[in-house]
Amino acid sequence: MLNLNDIMETINMIQSENLDIRTITMGISLLDCIDSDCDKSCEKIYNKITRLAGNLVKVGEDIEKEYGIPIINKRISVTPIAMIVAASGGDPVKYAKALQKAADATGVNFIGGYSALVHKGFSAGDIELIKSIPEALSETTNICSSVNIGSTKSGINMDAVKIMGQIVRQTAEITADRDCIGCAKLVVFCNAVEDNPFMAGAFHGVGEPDCVIHVGVSGPGVVQAAIKKCPDGDLGEIAEVIKRTAFKITRMGQLVGTEASRRLGVPFGIVDLSLAPTPAVGDSVAHILEEMGLGRCGIHGTTAALAMLNDAVKKGGVMASSSVGGLSGAFIPVSEDAGMIDAARSGDLLIEKLEAMTAVCSVGLDMIVIPGETPAETVSAIIADEAAIGMVNSKTTAVRVIPAIGKKHGEELEFGGLLGSGPVMNVNMNFSPKKFIDRAGRIPAPMQSLKN
Amino acid sequence: MRTIISVIGKDTVGIISKVSNICTECNVNIVDITQSVLQDMFVMVMLTEISGANCSFNEFSDKMKKLGEDIGTDIRVMHEDIFNSMHRI
Repeated sequence: MLNLNDIMETINMIQSENLDIRTITMGISLLDCIDSDCDKSCEKIYNKITRLAGNLVKVGEDIEKEYGIPIINKRISVTPIAMIVAASGGDPVKYAKALQKAADATGVNFIGGYSALVHKGFSAGDIELIKSIPEALSETTNICSSVNIGSTKSGINMDAVKIMGQIVRQTAEITADRDCIGCAKLVVFCNAVEDNPFMAGAFHGVGEPDCVIHVGVSGPGVVQAAIKKCPDGDLGEIAEVIKRTAFKITRMGQLVGTEASRRLGVPFGIVDLSLAPTPAVGDSVAHILEEMGLGRCGIHGTTAALAMLNDAVKKGGVMASSSVGGLSGAFIPVSEDAGMIDAARSGDLLIEKLEAMTAVCSVGLDMIVIPGETPAETVSAIIADEAAIGMVNSKTTAVRVIPAIGKKHGEELEFGGLLGSGPVMNVNMNFSPKKFIDRAGRIPAPMQSLKN
Repeated sequence: MRTIISVIGKDTVGIISKVSNICTECNVNIVDITQSVLQDMFVMVMLTEISGANCSFNEFSDKMKKLGEDIGTDIRVMHEDIFNSMHRI
C-alpha cells in the first residue's frame, strides 16, 4: 500500500496549498467549417464545437470528483478566426457570436481563437478581424482574442503594432462601463504558440490535429510551501525543491490529461508546465519569490529569482509528462496574483521591472492596468518593446494591458473571479514615441549568431 | 477501480466502524487499512476496491462526505491513481 506520508502530502497540497488543474482545453480545428456563405460557416462552427465539446464540462467534473483534484476551467481553443473570415467572408463579429453561442451551449468558461497571425504581414481577413475586435469583445462575454505581431524568424510587423495600440484603447473605451473588461480578453503576442491551453492567448494552430486535449497545471502555493520547509538552504537546494515539486504538480496534469483524452476519445496534446497564480491568498508567484528571500516582489533581485524559478519548474516538469508544450513557465499576471497586487499598490513593482522579468519567464506584461489617458502610440510602444524581447530571445512574449478609462495612477479596476483586481500602474508619458510608431513598416528579424 | 479513503481530524469513538459500515452497505471491499497520529491529527487511510459496489462512485463518495460533516472530520474518497502518479515513477 502507499506510504501514509505520501498520501497526506497529496491531500495537503490540494486542501491547504491550492493545488489544482487550472484548465482542460480542447483544441478544435475549424478549417472544415469554411463555407462560401458566412452564416452557413457560423452554423458549421457551432455544430462542430457542440458535437466535439458537448461532454467536455461533464467529463471534467467527473474527473474532478473521482480524483479529488479541482479542475478550475474547461475551455476551448479554435483555429484563428481570421482564416475562416478570409475564406467565408462576412462580418467577423458574427463568428464571435457563433462562438459565444457554442460557449453557452457547452458550458465552457472561455473560447479562445478570435485571432489573427500577422507577424509578417496582413492577408485576407486579418485586417477585418483586427478592426472588429473591440466590438466582438464587447458583444460577447466568454470569447478571447489574440493577435501575433512578431516572431524571431520574421521580425516585428510594426504596422500591426501601431494598429493594436489603437485596438487595445478602443476595446477599453467600448467596455469602459464594465471596468474595461474587454482588454482582459485581448492579448498581443510575439512568437505565439499553437498549443497554448491558457487564456486569453489560446488558439488552435493549423499544425495541430483536428481535435486535441491540452492541460494547464497550476500550484504556486505548493511551491511556496515546499520552499518554506527549506529556510536555510542555498539556492542550489531551493532549485532542487522546486524541481521536485514541479514534477509532482505536472504528474497530476499528465494524469488528468490522459484520463480526459481517454474519456472524450480525443488525442492528448500537451501539458503546459505552468505556475499560474490566482488572487487567492496562498496561490501567488510573487510570494514564492518573497519566500526565496526577497523582501518584496519587484525589488532588485526579482529577475534573478524568477529566472531560477522558471527554469527549475521546466526541469522538474519535463520528466513528469509525455509531452510538454504551450507557454510552460511561471506566469506573472499582476491583477491575478495577490503578491503582485500588493507590490504594485505599494509602488515596489513597476512596469519597467515587469518588463525585465518577462525576459526570463513565461509570457509577458500580463493583466497590467495602465492610466486611462495613456495614448494609443504609448500602448503600441509597450507592445513593441515586449515583442522585441521575445523576438531577440526566441521566446513567447505578450502584452495584455488594460487602459483604465477615466482612472488615474493609484485608482483600481475590479474584474472579479480569476481575473482579480489591479491598481492603475504608472506609465512614463513624459515624452511621446509617436514618431517612432508612426513610421510603421517592419523591424527585420534578428541575427541568430554573434549572440552578445 | 481502487480508491483511497482518507479520514483526517480529531479522534472519536467508533470512527473506523462508521466508515467501514458505509463500505459494507455499498458492498465496497476494504483491501488495506492504516492509521496514525500525524501532527496531533488522527489520520486513517483505507484502500478499497469499489468495482463490486452496488452504487455509483459519486453516491459512495457523497455518503462518506456526509459522514465526515456529521462527525466533524474531513473524509475524502479519491482514485488510487492520483497518489500513484504523484509519488511513483
